[in-house]
This record gives sequence, structure tokens and C-alpha cells, in this order.
Amino acid sequence: MATEDVKLIGSWASVFVMRAKIALHLKSISYEFLQETFGSKSELLLKSNPVHKKMPVLIHADKPVCESNIIVQYIDEAWNSSGPSILPSHPYDRAIARFWAAYIDDQWFISLRSILTAQGEEEKKASIAQVEERTELLEKAFNDCSKGKPFFNGDHIGYLDIALGSFLGWWRVVELDANHKFLDETKTPSLAKWAERFCDDPAVKPIMPEITKLAEFARKLFPKPQA
Amino acid sequence: MAERSDSEEVKLLGMWASPFSRRIEIALTLKGVSYEFSEEDITNKSSLLLQLNPVYKMIPVLVHTGKPISESLVILEYIDETWRDNPILPQDPYEKAMARFWAKFVDEQIYVTAMKVVGKIGEERDAVVEATRDLLMFLEKELVGKDFFGGRSLGFVDIVATLVAFWLMRTEEIVGVKVVPVEKFPEIHRWVKNLLGNDVIKKCIPPEDEHLQYIRAHVIVSSCVLSLGFV
Repeated sequence: MATEDVKLIGSWASVFVMRAKIALHLKSISYEFLQETFGSKSELLLKSNPVHKKMPVLIHADKPVCESNIIVQYIDEAWNSSGPSILPSHPYDRAIARFWAAYIDDQWFISLRSILTAQGEEEKKASIAQVEERTELLEKAFNDCSKGKPFFNGDHIGYLDIALGSFLGWWRVVELDANHKFLDETKTPSLAKWAERFCDDPAVKPIMPEITKLAEFARKLFPKPQA
Repeated sequence: MAERSDSEEVKLLGMWASPFSRRIEIALTLKGVSYEFSEEDITNKSSLLLQLNPVYKMIPVLVHTGKPISESLVILEYIDETWRDNPILPQDPYEKAMARFWAKFVDEQIYVTAMKVVGKIGEERDAVVEATRDLLMFLEKELVGKDFFGGRSLGFVDIVATLVAFWLMRTEEIVGVKVVPVEKFPEIHRWVKNLLGNDVIKKCIPPEDEHLQYIRAHVIVSSCVLSLGFV
């Protein structure tokens, strides 16, 4: 497919925007990145995503696509003759990838986020325990999906790698904030090694945000109550 | 409960009053796929269900050649990719993205908001009704000039949005609030009539009288309806 006008509305710090960026990089698609200003929403964003008013929004030949996992699938399908396949080829493997990607957003992410918004130590401990439990499921999912290969998707990064891997920066920020390691060679040996490989991938390395920058941003988004 | 038979290639663990289960039956029937249906008692889940869906322990679960798939939207896409007759999703990548977007919108926004009506009264209830109507207005606009969300024939979004047509709108009778009045939502009402003109839909939705009885019984125990009626 000819490279047409491709724009991505987003922010450097957003996990969900990162998913779209990785997919575009995997397919070697040139695009214009439109950075949203923190604290306000641009006219273009509101016009392109009137339902949710959220980023990321991919605009391809003037047509907007919203929701990060939907954008990633769109990129895979619209540019199916360029670059590696992002979704697995077998319908059953695709179903498993979609299942876990939805789990990551609906269950895992919610508990990770609740560590940052927790009021008091008790709540924080409970959220940490929940993330531990849910991460264990993802460790098992990795072993089942990868079948001994380096990524959820096999030899190359794919849909489910992108879905979880985009969180790695923020995950590290949460680990530092909670003073608790989730990705660990003893607890989650497969995921710990996968995380390193993912971050080293050429489609990911140049766009993974710096942890110190993210941590600073996190302090703005989730201010701690005054002592 | 039916015994699991190895000669059955396709099995669906479901529940007769669940919109998430019925949408799978619609998809399988549209594609002419034979399947064995196993009715689950969601107040007393079978060990098979717990084994096949250990993460959520919920119906529907589709089992195909011994392999289980959970989450209704994931199952629908699997069905569409495995049995290619009568496609449910559009071929065009952009149209497909839009279909996925609206399906997600129905389940994550409309369903979640509308469920809050149950057990609420007065101003609180009015606020939920208003919020639900605001969301439904997006669907209303999508239907302008179309027989179905899928265009001239039933598609992915229609199948998913049967939740609105035959659950949300049926609940109106029982909660005593017209959440979707015809004056505000003429397109949605027209679309429901189109759905009822389709043989597969007529065959696969819960029979109205029994369904209303079921909803009535469970709305009375309003705090439980979330787990009993719409798992």
C-alpha cells in the first residue's frame, strides 16, 4: 500500500500511544507525530475522537482510528504487505493474543495503576499483591504463547508483546515508587528476560521513554498527599 | 449438563439469558456451524467451565477441536476467521477498525453505564438514564441511512449490539423507565425492527416472555443481577 498521509496524535509518556508507535516502526511507516500538550486537548483530537476524546488517534488519509489495540491491528492489516506480521497467522493463536491483550488492559493495568493512586499503606499492599497475582498469570501466558521462542509472538515481537511491553517504562516507575520488584529472575524468569529483549528491539529502543523523565511526569500526574 | 463428546468439534458453554452467550449462537448460526450447547448454571459453575476459563470463570466459552476460547468479542473474531462463509467483519481494514471500535463501545461504555440503572431510584437513576442516552446517541447517528450497523446486512456490531435491542430495551418494561424512547431514537427502533425481520436473530434471541420473567425475578434481587443476569 502506498505510504499516504499518516499522523499520530499522542504524547511521549503514554503507554497506549507507544503501542501505535511501535507498530508503525515495525512496518517502517513514516508518520507525523502530533504531541498533545499536557493538561489540554487539541481541536484535532476532539474532532478525531469525539466519543472518548483520548489519545492515541491514528489519522490515515484523513480517516481517524481510535483505541490503541484497534490501531495496532489496523496498522497490521492496512500495511499487510510491508514488514513482519504483528498478529499471529493462526486464528487460535490470534484469539489467545487478543484474549491476553484485553486481560492486560481490563485487569492487569487497572491493578498496576491502583498502586500509584493508593491511599495509604494498606491499600498499596493490596494492590501490589494483586499485581503480583496477575503478573504470575502473564508469566504462564508467556510460556504458553512463546513455546520456547523469545517473544509472545514467537521469533519477532507482535501484538501481545506490544500490548504488555509498552508498559515496561511505567512498570519500572511503579516498582521504584512502591519499592517492590515485580519483574524478577526468580519470580518471573521468562518475563524478566523477555522484557530485556523487548526493550532492545530496534522498533522499541529509540522510542522507549527514559525512566527518570517518566518518574518525574508520574509525580505530576499522581501527586503524593502532603505529610 | 451434556456430557462432553469427542466427536463434537464445536461446543459452546453458555447461558440462555446472557447477551454474551447469545451473540455467539447468532454468529455460529449465521455461518451454518453445528455446535453442541451446554447450558451452565452460573450460580453453580461446572468444573468444566472452571477448567476451560480459569482466568474469568465465565461463559461464554467456545471449544473448537478441544481448544477453549473465552471473551465474547475474541470468540466472535475467531469464528469469523475460522468459518469464512457469511463474513461478520468487513474486509476493508478501516471499516473493520470501526466495527471493532463500536463493538468495544457497546460492551465497555453502554453496557457498563446502563447496568447502573438497576437498583437506583430518583435523581440517581435519572442521571444514569441521561448518561446511557448520551452514549446511545452515538449509535443512533451511526445508523442513519443504514439498515444495519453492517450496512445492508447484519454484521459484527449488530450482533454485539443485540445487547441493546433485546436486553437493555427489554429491561425497560421492568425497571419502568423508557431509556430508549422512539421519539429520541427513531433509528435504533427502526434497526430493532430490521433485526426482528432476520430469521437467525429471531431464532437465537431468548424467547420474550420467559426472558421478561427472568429479568423481573432478578431485578427484584437487584444487587445480584450483575452476577446472575448478565455474566
